[in-house]
Amino acid sequence: MRILLVEDDAEVARFVRKGLQEAGHTVEHATNGRDGLFLAASEQFDMLVLDRMLPGGVDGVRLVETLRSQGNRTPVLFLSALSAVDEKVKGLKAGGDDYLTKPFAFAELLARVEALGRRPSVDAPATKLRVADLELDLLSRTVTRAAKRIDVQPREFRLLEHLMRHAGQVVTRTMLLEKVWDYHFDPQTNVIDVHVSRLRQKLDKGFDKPLIHTVRNAGYMIRAEP
Amino acid sequence: MSGKARPAPGMPLPTRLGRRLGVRRSAPVAGPPSLALGPPRLLRSAGLRFAVLFAAMFACAAVALVAVLWWATAGALDRQTDAAIRADAIALSERWREAGNTGLVEAIEERLAVDVENEAIYLMMEAGTGRRIAGNLDSWPKGQPETGPWFRTRVLHDGLAVDARLHRLELPGLRLLVGRDETERTELRRLLTEGVVWASGAVVLFALAGAWLIRHALQARMRPAFTTTAAIAGGDLSSRVALSGSGDEFDRLAQTLNIMLDRIGTLMEGVRGVSDAIAHDLRTPIARARAKLEDALATSEDEESLRATVEQGIADLDGISRIFQALLRIAEAEAGARRAAFAPLDLVHVLADAAEIYEATAEARGQRLETDLPDSLPMVGDRDLLLQAVANLLDNAIKFTPSGGAVLLSAAATSVGIEVTVADDGPGLSLEDRAHAGERFFRADKARATPGSGLGLSLVRAVAHLHGGEVSLVDAVPQRVPPGLRVVIRLPQG
Repeated sequence: MRILLVEDDAEVARFVRKGLQEAGHTVEHATNGRDGLFLAASEQFDMLVLDRMLPGGVDGVRLVETLRSQGNRTPVLFLSALSAVDEKVKGLKAGGDDYLTKPFAFAELLARVEALGRRPSVDAPATKLRVADLELDLLSRTVTRAAKRIDVQPREFRLLEHLMRHAGQVVTRTMLLEKVWDYHFDPQTNVIDVHVSRLRQKLDKGFDKPLIHTVRNAGYMIRAEP
Repeated sequence: MSGKARPAPGMPLPTRLGRRLGVRRSAPVAGPPSLALGPPRLLRSAGLRFAVLFAAMFACAAVALVAVLWWATAGALDRQTDAAIRADAIALSERWREAGNTGLVEAIEERLAVDVENEAIYLMMEAGTGRRIAGNLDSWPKGQPETGPWFRTRVLHDGLAVDARLHRLELPGLRLLVGRDETERTELRRLLTEGVVWASGAVVLFALAGAWLIRHALQARMRPAFTTTAAIAGGDLSSRVALSGSGDEFDRLAQTLNIMLDRIGTLMEGVRGVSDAIAHDLRTPIARARAKLEDALATSEDEESLRATVEQGIADLDGISRIFQALLRIAEAEAGARRAAFAPLDLVHVLADAAEIYEATAEARGQRLETDLPDSLPMVGDRDLLLQAVANLLDNAIKFTPSGGAVLLSAAATSVGIEVTVADDGPGLSLEDRAHAGERFFRADKARATPGSGLGLSLVRAVAHLHGGEVSLVDAVPQRVPPGLRVVIRLPQG
């Protein structure tokens, strides 16, 4: 992906840029809102990663508002030291697609960037999701593996659906809390891990090839190959 | 005085400058000088404006009173005189019509004969020649305008010059003058005028005295509030406005001010609490992480152990930033800043979600998480914060309940609002610990071995307060050993 990073802190910018490049992305970097807006408006990017507070008169929110008003729909991820919920809401209302509070783990940022950048195509809404021999039917709300029916609870179904929609991508615990449970909170203990391992047990019981993998220091990924 | 200084009229320039500097030097450095105690400048004084208003109203009332009095006394006498003259004139002209000149002369003589007070004035003349026929005036008063039948002039009556009110009557071939001597009435009017002048003096005096009293009473009633705000501006936050106890408008204002000051005090304490917490309790984990990293840098033999330490360091830093996040959330909730995010919600959904999230964890630890929830509990609030509060309670309960035990999450609508309860089979809290539970970073001795920041219950309490509710801690089953802990959040309806 071609990513524009607008971040005034040199150390954070270097760290993010290096990490994204190592993950195989091309990164352009601007240090203030004005330059960022100019670059975003004049060149083609797959993704914008914006600091919420920027020097140069144009902050992250203004930048996104301006872009959106010009019809530019490039996905935007906000990075911010402002953690208050209304700040988050403000950022998303302005046209941001996701919001990550500093300090953050790079794995969390990468997972969110990739989830945003490779959103499922909207033109052909899938009715079935498949990973290897696992099949999830969105219409009949059923899960089968190798034609064998697996009983899951509604929440487990949504959890699996989210993982399968992002098959091959890392999904972090916070992302699961936000997308599957729809809450922004700090669960203190690894409540999500317990849910995932319960789901994993149901899916892998009687099969020798596990599908849900734990990605160390990051989160979970569903994929056919180990 | 220096010769170069331009002499200003009135006060020499250097002196004026010196005074101004002197004032500035003696002003307190801390507070803005405009807050210095003392009466405000005269023209800006609201007290003076009220006082002037009072004096003006008082004067208006006095003028109205005098006017009515005047109309009722001097005015009434004038009207009476005019009525008597008019009646007399009509009677005389009737007499002339009946009995001619002779009758009229007789009538005038009769009237003069019975006029013991010597007030009546008559003059009957021939119109053409001006010859006097009857009456007690020698000649027609001079210099009188010929307009209108009524006039007032000085005439010679019984050898004395007196003020008279006169009425002219034109009959065919005759001119008749009917009038009354007004000397006594003039005297009365003079006395009245004198009285009014004296009374006006008294009115002015009373108005001024009243104005002065009002201004001073106002200042005296304002002074406690002024003293308090000045003290607070000077840094003494414990100062409160003294109430007079009368419950009047000033007391109500003072009460409102005091409530506001209490609220500011609470907020300040919250801020101070957070900074204390940061100073004391964040330093420890930071120091620990730092020591570990430094030690690893100095002594690590191979890359493997260095990597492990760095990973541990990152985890420590994440822990610190979570504590920080929790502190900020508490501060936000306590400051009421999150009311902006309030929306109508069904608390049952939030509670069911919380139970669902933690149910798997409880099961993994060999516990049962039971729920007892009604169908619906509509309220207005911040759903993320409410979930966080219940999650903190469930997390705590699960942490302290032994394997095989149960955690119960229940909620019910009561007559005053909503009651949410989390009860566990854990060791419970001693009375002493209960008093401290909810203070930031407080951890009961028994709890020190389990992981946790000691911020969980503070946040629960802050969230409850934000929603207008409160939190109480009781034994789950009082007679049992261990009793377990029951945390009750009471939220007001609506």
